[in-house]
Amino acid sequence: MNSAMATDRVEAARQAPATTPPVIAARDLSLTYEATDGPVQALSGIDLDIQRGEFVSLIGPSGCGKTTLLRVIADLETASAGSITVNGVSPQEARLNRSYGYVFQAPALYPWRSIAGNVGLPLEIMGYPKAERRERVEKNLALVNLTGFERKFPWQLSGGMQQRASIARALSFDPDLLLMDEPFGALDEIVRDKLNEQLLRLWDLTRKTVVFVTHSIPEAVFLSTRIVVMSPRPGRIHETIPCDFPRDRTLDIRETPEFLEIANRVRHGLREGHSYE
Amino acid sequence: MTESKRPPSDFPDIFSRGEKGAAMADAATLPAMRARRGGASRFFAALWRGAVGPIVVVCAAIVALWYLGAVLMNADLQRSAFENAGRKSWTTAELVAGTLSQERPKLPAPHQVAQELWKTVVDTPATSKRSLVYHGGVTLSATLLGFLFGAGLGVGLAVLIVHVKSLERSLMPWIISSQTIPIIALAPMIVIILNQLDITGIVPKAAIAAYLSFFPVTVGMVKGLRSPDPLQLDLMRTYSASQAQTFWSLRLPACVPFLFASLRVGVAAALVGTVVAELTQSADGGFGARLLAGSYYGQTIQIWAAIFAAAACACALIAAVALADRIVARRMGYAR
Ligand SMILES: Nc1ncnc2c1ncn2[C@@H]1O[C@H](COP(=O)(O)OP(=O)(O)O)[C@@H](O)[C@H]1O
Ligand SMILES: [Mg+2]
Repeated sequence: MNSAMATDRVEAARQAPATTPPVIAARDLSLTYEATDGPVQALSGIDLDIQRGEFVSLIGPSGCGKTTLLRVIADLETASAGSITVNGVSPQEARLNRSYGYVFQAPALYPWRSIAGNVGLPLEIMGYPKAERRERVEKNLALVNLTGFERKFPWQLSGGMQQRASIARALSFDPDLLLMDEPFGALDEIVRDKLNEQLLRLWDLTRKTVVFVTHSIPEAVFLSTRIVVMSPRPGRIHETIPCDFPRDRTLDIRETPEFLEIANRVRHGLREGHSYE
Repeated sequence: MTESKRPPSDFPDIFSRGEKGAAMADAATLPAMRARRGGASRFFAALWRGAVGPIVVVCAAIVALWYLGAVLMNADLQRSAFENAGRKSWTTAELVAGTLSQERPKLPAPHQVAQELWKTVVDTPATSKRSLVYHGGVTLSATLLGFLFGAGLGVGLAVLIVHVKSLERSLMPWIISSQTIPIIALAPMIVIILNQLDITGIVPKAAIAAYLSFFPVTVGMVKGLRSPDPLQLDLMRTYSASQAQTFWSLRLPACVPFLFASLRVGVAAALVGTVVAELTQSADGGFGARLLAGSYYGQTIQIWAAIFAAAACACALIAAVALADRIVARRMGYAR
């Protein structure tokens, strides 16, 4: 036990020369769902460290456990084996500390709340005073370009605007860690590009740590500092690809040879992960 | 995705607006009508198209059938009345006119019921025991009190059932079996038992009204409180919301449309319960007492007038709930 922890620490130190401990540290993490038609191994032997300020994308075919991994980090599922810490504590403690904001695949706005009411929901739950609530809602709606839509109800907004509202909601209480599960998956290409740029700027501005699930290669390469390629049955990490574009990059870099090279590496990784089939 | 959630139509949506039905009838009948294009068919086509048209047509058909039924059912009685009066022959017109103006017909004609309603609602002062307004007041007060109790009980039970796992299995069978006993058999027992405990007046009637109205509210509320989808619940979990916070911020608002749907059913059930209770506890009056007195003395016109007045009250109650529903729905952004 002690020696395992010691190696952990050595490993962590090797990966991160900086003195800050990793935001997320997973060791040999596995998760098996007990479904009605038998167990499903969704995650197997996941080792992953994510440092403060990183933008890590999880990419892989559907069913490879991306959502599951994110949910384990968020303490919405509990791992069957292995260990994981978030901000140095267990996921449950991290959740109770309200350390992360989670953006689901669907906006999941409450239809009976206005946009301002939805963005302010976590603030209400967490007991922020009213004046500060209003201020933060206003600030975060401005951040996602939704100023003026405070009093609208969700059904009055387009899908892209709803998803932006859900991002504002996750940001409203200013968590250092953002967990995003295919937030732009259901949107068309043009809206998606725009939101990708906005998200990148936001990340650059706020220096948050982001774990981002996607199955779009260009999206992953454009946004990430590191791309984790996953493969299915059982879900595991196939390869980790670093991806160091300048923080203030714009969509133009997608035409550069460097971009295309990394995209190709990711594509290869995905194909290899699939090749045993 | 963010469709406003209305409850699935488990409950008859009595007050859904007429246009939809009219539009459908339109699509179905118009081609056939166009084929003929007679003046009359154009008239009927126009009638179907409006929101009021179909209602008028259906009402007219019902009234016509009713008159026909009245003539057929009262004819025997009228013939023997003629014979008793010593008449040997009579014309069909006399027979028909006679069947529609008997004092105690088997089936009173619509205009007789309407006259009785006019007489007992408008022409009689509301303080008189012969006034239907007076009896309506008696019934409505017990109905509303019972409905209030019933709805409160229904909501309380639903909240318990949703939050305490073991209660679902231990309470639900009793709740369901409580509704399988015919209320007409149960009501006299409840009234008598309560009377023996010196509980009289409005309370026993309200108790029976509550007994009938809590059930739909419980069922609807349980369903509504469980209606938030896993994603909406997960969201609360990511905020580490307490159970109480999840209840107030998610479960309760999500269940409001379900609540109103079941309140509509519940308020009608409360009225039925009150009327049934008044059959036993008839001394205080009320529609039930009118029905009972009418059947003692063979006053069919009075019975029918009471039935129509009770139905009108039920409609008014349901409409009031529907109005509250609409106001709340608009406030909550459900209405588009
Ligand atoms: N609640 C669950 N119960 C049973 N099996 C599940 C559950 N959630 C996900 N799975 C299974 O786990 C695997 C991984 O799912 P998921 O993490 O959603 O993949 P991804 O997000 O990469 O598409 C899939 O095979 C899926 O069918
Ligand atoms: Mg997924």
